[in-house]
Amino acid sequence: MADLVIRDLRVAVDDREILKGVNLEVNRGEFHAVMGPNGSGKSTLAMTLMGHPKYEVVGGEVLFKGENILEMSPDERAKLGLFLAFQYPMEIEGVALAQFLWSAIKARSDNPDALKGKALLDFRKDLEKALEVVKLPPEFADRYLNVNFSGGEKKRTEIAQLLTLRPEIAILDETDSGLDIDSVRIVAEAVKSLKGPDFGALIITHYQRILNYLEPDYVHVMVDGRIVKSGGPELAHMLEEKGYDWILQEVGVA
Amino acid sequence: MPVEKPDIQVDLKKYDFKDPERYVYKAPRGLSRRIVEEISHIKGEPDWMRELRLKAYEHFIRRPLPTWGADLSGINFDEITYYIRPTDRQARSWDEVPEYIKQTFERLGIPEAERKFLAGVGAQYESEVVYHSIREDLAKQGVIFTDMDTAVREYPDLVKEYFGTVVPYTDNKFAALNTAVWSGGSFVYVPKGVKVDIPLQAYFRINAAAMGQFERTLIIVEEGASVHYIEGCTAPIYSEDSLHSAVVEIIAKPHSHVRYTTIQNWSTNVYNLVTKRSVAYEGAFVEWVDGNLGSKVTMKYPGIILKGPRARGEVLSIAYAGDGQHQDTGAKIIHMAPETTSRIVSKSISKGTGRASYRGLLRVMKGAKNVKANVQCDALLLNEESRTDTYPYIEIEEEDVTIGHEATVGRVGEDQIFYLQSRGIPEAEALTMIVMGFIEPFTKELPLEYAVELNRLIQLEMEGSVG
Repeated sequence: MADLVIRDLRVAVDDREILKGVNLEVNRGEFHAVMGPNGSGKSTLAMTLMGHPKYEVVGGEVLFKGENILEMSPDERAKLGLFLAFQYPMEIEGVALAQFLWSAIKARSDNPDALKGKALLDFRKDLEKALEVVKLPPEFADRYLNVNFSGGEKKRTEIAQLLTLRPEIAILDETDSGLDIDSVRIVAEAVKSLKGPDFGALIITHYQRILNYLEPDYVHVMVDGRIVKSGGPELAHMLEEKGYDWILQEVGVA
Repeated sequence: MPVEKPDIQVDLKKYDFKDPERYVYKAPRGLSRRIVEEISHIKGEPDWMRELRLKAYEHFIRRPLPTWGADLSGINFDEITYYIRPTDRQARSWDEVPEYIKQTFERLGIPEAERKFLAGVGAQYESEVVYHSIREDLAKQGVIFTDMDTAVREYPDLVKEYFGTVVPYTDNKFAALNTAVWSGGSFVYVPKGVKVDIPLQAYFRINAAAMGQFERTLIIVEEGASVHYIEGCTAPIYSEDSLHSAVVEIIAKPHSHVRYTTIQNWSTNVYNLVTKRSVAYEGAFVEWVDGNLGSKVTMKYPGIILKGPRARGEVLSIAYAGDGQHQDTGAKIIHMAPETTSRIVSKSISKGTGRASYRGLLRVMKGAKNVKANVQCDALLLNEESRTDTYPYIEIEEEDVTIGHEATVGRVGEDQIFYLQSRGIPEAEALTMIVMGFIEPFTKELPLEYAVELNRLIQLEMEGSVG
């Protein structure tokens, strides 16, 4: 069985069904891109996988490493190895990035009491290195979480968090939106560097641009709450050239 | 989606324990002229103090309860015990303190804290200060840190000169009550140019039910001197309400610096009605750092009268109002002289049916040119039924002033909690983290031990807020 299995997932927000039966399998070692027009349900998929309480699962199942994660709280899912890079990261006054991530590491650990001294120093080094990879100055470790960060800095911080926490499957929810070309390259290369037998990603995006760097193995097109077409990297290029209309016609939505 | 309720392990019982009552003297309930005279007599006071008490008593009787602020109709003045003397004499060494009182304060972390980092400690149990000590080198430099009763006996001139000059008994009903029946409290005198580098601390404990504690504190800091004074307060939970009504007066002479830190954690059946005020002369700097977590009702507005040019005043406060609590707190700043500056930062958290009100007065008097003042009040609501109100009064009689005022009200959002949870932090811890982050500007001003303790108290209060 795949590491992450999404079967016939149906999700409603405020009683309106947004996802109408999504099927998808993601393994570590694989990059999957999910593309689609605005309002097709891509972000709903991301938020549901992570467990936002506003998104009500009305049908289907999601298995991660063989466990039904729909019964789990978001922190339990994170502990199991899932990560979401937010489209709109939250600002938290008075809580420094380093303090926040260290709390997260302790919360994810089975033996938090053993985490002190050297473990704390190692963490600090990991975080500073992660900030360097996404080209943020080390002072960001002690700044309040996302407070007075620019849009680009917030997105880069999300990726620095990803690098520090080392999840097994990461969901990137439009990490590229609002970023200039250089920033897209920096965050994409950072994520790309993690690719390997222990790390896979589900990349949600509107644009081909970030995929040029990430080189996904699979591309899926989501329309109106369903994945209507899947293929290899060439599918992303076709979408870039021809837009979504031909797919909409093909599946009879237009 | 079912989410398991997070579970935080906390020790709720730390402050809620009671000692059996074994007192040397306990006044009958209720207040009369006779009881006021009796208190003065037991203390062996000079005539002027007895007469002041009696005048204050007459004023208290005539003065109506305030009609603004929190609901005080639940106070039954006839049911309160106004004076309890727990021991015959005050101990100078910890060994001399009666065993049961010693146990109480040791459970609360005193004098462990003293050994660690404090310059001096005073511990008040019911009406009387039971223990007092000051570091020898400070005493040698002429620093006085003693209880108020001792000060009346040993430093009568100083006390007579300043007592009641910043908060006269006519100020309000509770200042009158305090002046009539005051007992205990601290007296601090720092001579010219002496800088007390580590904090002086006082610890106040109410043990008996339906007890009134009325400590009186007077701090005089001479020119160019500096001091940091910290007080902590606790009480066990009884079915009958208790009353804590203190008066604190600070005189900050030119170019002196005084910081007064309070962590108030009275049990939720204590009415906490306190008048705190300071006067700052030329170039002096006064700071009130005021944390209110406990009590049933608190009304407290630390005040600073900026009397000399270039004097500075800051009030930094947090209020936490849990179920059934009303924290009516704020600040009072009066600019009387030119080029004086002030800053008020007030943060409140309301949980459940808790209500936090900010009530502040900022006044700039005629002739106080070039004044700069800034007021910021932020409220955080944890639940739908939580409540906050803001009553900012600003009276400006001078044109050449710069005033800033900012108020915000926020709720802890589902999205913020979710964001923290998505990294692996459980829901309850996420909420605590957001609350602690909100009051971080306050916490970072506290000595480490107090910051840790405050963190623990907030964690305890957050229990049961989610799930």
